[in-house]
Amino acid sequence: MPKEKQKRKPVPVNADLNHSPKKAMLLSIIPGLGQLYNKRKLKGIILFILFAAFGIMMFDFIFSGFQGLITLGTIEREHDSRVFIIEGILALIFAVFYGVFYYLNIQDAKTEARKIRDGWQPGSVRENFRNAWDTSFPYVLIGPGFFLLIFVVILPLLFMGFLAFTNYNLYNSPPRNLLQWVGFQNFIQLVTLSEWRTTFVSVLSWTLTWTFVATTLSIGLAMFLAILTNDRRIKGKRIIRTFLILPWAVPGFVTIIIFRALFNDNFGAINSDILQPLFGITIPWLTNVMWTRIAIIAIQLWLGFPYVYALFSGVLQGISSDWYEAADMDGATRWQKFRNITFPHLMFATGPLLLTQYTFNFNNFNIIYLFNEGGPALRGQNAGGTDILISWVYNLTFTNSQYGMAAAISLILGIVVATFAFFQFRRSRSFKGDGEF
Amino acid sequence: MSKQPNSKKKKGFSRKQKSRLEVALIYLVIAVMFVIIAYPLLWALSMSMNSTTNLFSASLSPENWSLVNYEWLFNNPRSDYLLWYRNTLFVSTIVTILTTLLVLFTAYAFSRYRFKGRTYGLYAFLLLQMFPVLMAMVALFILLNTIGLLDNLWGLIIIYVGGNIPMNAFLVKGYLDTLPRSLDESAKMDGAGHFRIFFQILLPLAKPIISVVALFNFMAPFMDFILPRIVLRSPENFTLALGLYNFVNAQFSNNFSRFAAGAVLVAIPIATVYLFLQKYLISGLASGATKG
Repeated sequence: MPKEKQKRKPVPVNADLNHSPKKAMLLSIIPGLGQLYNKRKLKGIILFILFAAFGIMMFDFIFSGFQGLITLGTIEREHDSRVFIIEGILALIFAVFYGVFYYLNIQDAKTEARKIRDGWQPGSVRENFRNAWDTSFPYVLIGPGFFLLIFVVILPLLFMGFLAFTNYNLYNSPPRNLLQWVGFQNFIQLVTLSEWRTTFVSVLSWTLTWTFVATTLSIGLAMFLAILTNDRRIKGKRIIRTFLILPWAVPGFVTIIIFRALFNDNFGAINSDILQPLFGITIPWLTNVMWTRIAIIAIQLWLGFPYVYALFSGVLQGISSDWYEAADMDGATRWQKFRNITFPHLMFATGPLLLTQYTFNFNNFNIIYLFNEGGPALRGQNAGGTDILISWVYNLTFTNSQYGMAAAISLILGIVVATFAFFQFRRSRSFKGDGEF
Repeated sequence: MSKQPNSKKKKGFSRKQKSRLEVALIYLVIAVMFVIIAYPLLWALSMSMNSTTNLFSASLSPENWSLVNYEWLFNNPRSDYLLWYRNTLFVSTIVTILTTLLVLFTAYAFSRYRFKGRTYGLYAFLLLQMFPVLMAMVALFILLNTIGLLDNLWGLIIIYVGGNIPMNAFLVKGYLDTLPRSLDESAKMDGAGHFRIFFQILLPLAKPIISVVALFNFMAPFMDFILPRIVLRSPENFTLALGLYNFVNAQFSNNFSRFAAGAVLVAIPIATVYLFLQKYLISGLASGATKG
């Protein structure tokens, strides 16, 4: 903000010391009046009309929206509680926007009054118009994308958040029935009712194990292969690298379905062509929980290592050989060189990206669902043995119609992801560095 | 594991042998990896040429190979394969155009203008990027159902475009940030307007990142399975991934050969593009994420 300081320094010629920013702010409680006080007549009138028009137009909508959000409808079969929630959220969003603009209007009157006090004079209408266009241009650019984002991402997320506190399930579902707010009942059931609790605990622990093991293994394999193929004595590096990246290039759903066929207990090639003839055993890949888990982790290893491998290879090629030569001079062992040169380089360059791999696997619905639809089924719980949180939510929604509970679990999922995101914020360089991003 | 310097040649012979052994071991590891990578892919390819509809009894010998499965996909009146291909192309094209435009505008504003609320906007984008659209599937399903866009390709398109904006905007913003600001500032001095600076100066320079974004968005609907699964209901609206899945998901899953044939025709073009442009795609992904 050095510019503003420079402006204030010289003794203002036109300074109007009686022009009070406070007065402008107070007047702005009725939008436009503050601007009139600042001698910006056109601007003041336009603002007043806009605020009044939107205020009158939206008042009904916002009011009935809030009302609907509180009652969720009163007449059975006629009122659809879901529509009430959606309209309530829209009313909420509109109200927030109105409030933001209201606040900006007051701020605008204040800054302009301050400038007038310090000797600034508004230019011609044309000039003002041009300035207005200049300042609003970035908003015009962001507008359309932001608008879509609100409806496609923010509205559904809020809707989900609200659903988590209703009793929306198979037996109580609109438009037949009305929904009621039930507070934290869904969350409480999740941890107190034994049927829900055992399922939740086992799904959550498997989700965390799966995320950690599958991602760490593929990062490890990728690192191992990247270091091997970066060896100077190896020839044909380009072909080798391209081939190792192949699993990344083939669409994931195709490979997962292929693996599902390969792992089939009865006819799958892994049992009938490899294990049976060579070792005389068959493994129940799709019917035994432990073996399904092992198979899924192995497949994710196959699918997940190439991308990380490509990243690592890129970094390794960029490490200056000076480091290693200096280390050789000091008689460093290979392990020491790896620990003190290679590994830090890799982690520094790819740290935040690797974290993304963990979040990806945490929500890796595709592999769980396509491989075995979360199965095999487990006794005493309503999720399959390999169901992770997100696939469990899917089942609750689309097979069991337990919408309220599914939303509650999604909310928990969201909190976990947000925690991950928080760490990613702190770790990513751009936030640590100059702050300007 | 860089090579040991050659300068010390005292124990040259045994060192050489050791080195050879190492190289051989490395090649062995690579060969094993090759087999592991190639086996499922080749197996699927041979299944797609399998003439019997019998499940999983592929012969890896090329004598019995035939193209019946491919013919069935294209010529059989009961096959919706071409329709799925068309649906997917339709979704892909529109998603690509809309996303690229919206993302370019957004990224341009965030990269080149300093306006009130910019930092909050960036934080919001960064946060939203972490939440996959999938997480709100309960809500999306009910929402689309309420407004009548369930089982409609446009419902799918809207979700794709909206969900793609945050991440791609960061990707493009990161790239635009690397272009020198002096370029557009001097143009501004010369009296060029906002749109003119954008279209005539920044856009030509941003071509590489635009192609990466366009490519990603174009290929995503070919590979995505879950969103179509949630949104689309009737087979004539399916996209490729969903349709192919239904081949193997039928109660008596004896259509694996047809799935394989259809999948080969999807996977080969995509894999080719990915392998040819791997450098662009990987560096694009990486810079988008690290630039944050």
